Formats: sequence, C-alpha cells, structure tokens
Amino acid sequence: MIIWLAIIVGTVTCYLFKLAGLSIPERLLDNPRIRRIAALLPVALLAALTAIQTVATGSRLVIDARLAGVAAGAVALLLRAPFLVVVAVAAGTAALIRLL
Amino acid sequence: MSPERRREILRNAAGIGVAVGAYALSFGALSVAAGLTPLQTMVLSLVMFTGGSQFALVLVLGQGGSWPAAAGSAIMLGSRNLFYGPRVAELLDRPRGWRRLLTAQVTIDETTAMALGQEERAAARLAFWATAVSAYSLWNLGTLVGALGAALLPDPKALGLDAAAPAAFLALLAPRLRGREPWLVALAAAAVALALVPVVPAGVPVIVAALAAVAAGLRGKPVDP
Repeated sequence: MIIWLAIIVGTVTCYLFKLAGLSIPERLLDNPRIRRIAALLPVALLAALTAIQTVATGSRLVIDARLAGVAAGAVALLLRAPFLVVVAVAAGTAALIRLL
Repeated sequence: MSPERRREILRNAAGIGVAVGAYALSFGALSVAAGLTPLQTMVLSLVMFTGGSQFALVLVLGQGGSWPAAAGSAIMLGSRNLFYGPRVAELLDRPRGWRRLLTAQVTIDETTAMALGQEERAAARLAFWATAVSAYSLWNLGTLVGALGAALLPDPKALGLDAAAPAAFLALLAPRLRGREPWLVALAAAAVALALVPVVPAGVPVIVAALAAVAAGLRGKPVDP
C-alpha cells in the first residue's frame, strides 16, 4: 500500500510539472535564482542518493562490497564507458568480492 | 529539411532509444530488487516516464524510506522537466488540448535536448517526436525485461545489484559535474546525507541534503558540509 501511495503521488506530481511547463508563460521561470536551483537540485539529489546507496544500510553506515563496486564504476565512467557498462562493472565487482 | 537531415535525426533518435532501453534494463531489475512488483515497476515506466525520478523512488523505498520521502525525492528530481516546458511549447507551436497532454508526458531530458539541438522548426518537431517514440517504447520494453529477469533471480545481492544502484546514480551525476560549483554542491549534499543517516528516518537525508546544498549554493557562500 505504501508503495502504491508513493507511486501515485510521485507520478501525478511529476506529470503536473511537465504539463505546467508547457502551460505557463516562460517569463515565470526566467528568474536567475530559479534557474540556479533548477541546475543545482539534480546535482545535490543525485550526489546524496549515490552516497547513501553506497554506504548506508537502513540507518547504519556500512562499508562493504558496494563501495568497491561503485569505485570500479567510477573508473569505468572516467574511461567514458557507456551507461550499461558502468552499471555492469559496478555490479560485477561487488559480486566478485562477495564470492571471494 | 533535407532527406539527409531527416535520416540523421531518425538515426540519432533510434540511438537515444537504445541507450534509454539499456538504462531501463537496470531500472527494471533494481526496482524489483528493491521490493516493487513487476506491475508496480511497469506502472512507473509507463506513467511516470522520467528515469532519474523513477530510480530515486524505488531506491528510497528499497532503503526502507517512507512514502513521502520516496515520492518527495522523485518529485524534486522530476521538477527539472518543468523548465523544459516553455522551450518545447514554443518549438512545437504551443500544443493545445489532448496534444498538450500527450506532449507533456514525453517532455523529458532526451526529447528536449534533441529538439533544442535542431536549427529548423520542422526538424525540431521531428526530432522531438521521433525521440519520444523510440525512448518511450524502449524505456518500457527495457523495464519489462529487466523487471521480469530480476523477478526470476533468487538473490539480487549475489549479483551485486545493490552496487549497481549507486553506480547508476553516479553515471547520471557525472555529466553534471562541470566546474567548481556543482562539485562543491555534490560533495556537500553527499556529506550532509551521510551525516544524517543514523539520526533521521530513511529517505529523509536525501531530501534534507538536497535542500541544504541548494540553499548554500544559492547564497554563493563557500559550501561547508
């Protein structure tokens, strides 16, 4: 039930953002401060999500195979690997470490 | 628009579709690994149809986050689509009625970037819709295959899927890290989020970190985690 609630609220609101963008006059969004928030918000959210998914388990910080996997994924990113390769390298590295 | 230009647009749109489909494979698998059913996963891809938000929603839920935290993370990431609207509306001659409702559904990173990259209006329209069709169909096909594939797996952790999730976020983040400011904001957000993990409910650190980092960035002062 909690999952469906998150899906419905998230989905409806995301759609309303898309629709609002097509409907409101451009000058409402043409504010330097709003533009800066729009540019920085995804950066902050993605960085926080990356950090949490790498070392948090519930409410604890845990260093495990995930960290090595993400580090390997970062190296793949630096080598300009495509998205799926980055994800596969990260997963493969973590899986390998758990096997050892 | 020349036939060559037309072909090039269609080729690029197909290429974006393939990349989006590959990304969708990992979304489908991670969503099921996070505890969603394949049906819930497909509803997200069919209706929400904005990748970063979908990832955020399922992974916050997977960490045990509450529904407001999961929906809130997805909504904040999805808010960027608002800013694509005015340019898209202009390039597509201000669609009305059901056309506007349909256009809104596919106003995302990929379609907007493809449309804005064209010099002529007719080319922009073709680029937008060709990318919309290829991205929407392959995003949903990829999600379905990934979700059903992961549903067959006994233990997603053994395959390292829990490391694939943060790597996916990192891959979305990397192209945005141009210049000193995004780096500072990213590092501050990560540090704040990790510091909050032990003290607030799951899902909340992401939202607080994002707001704190943006507030700090807005004031233009040095960002201090």
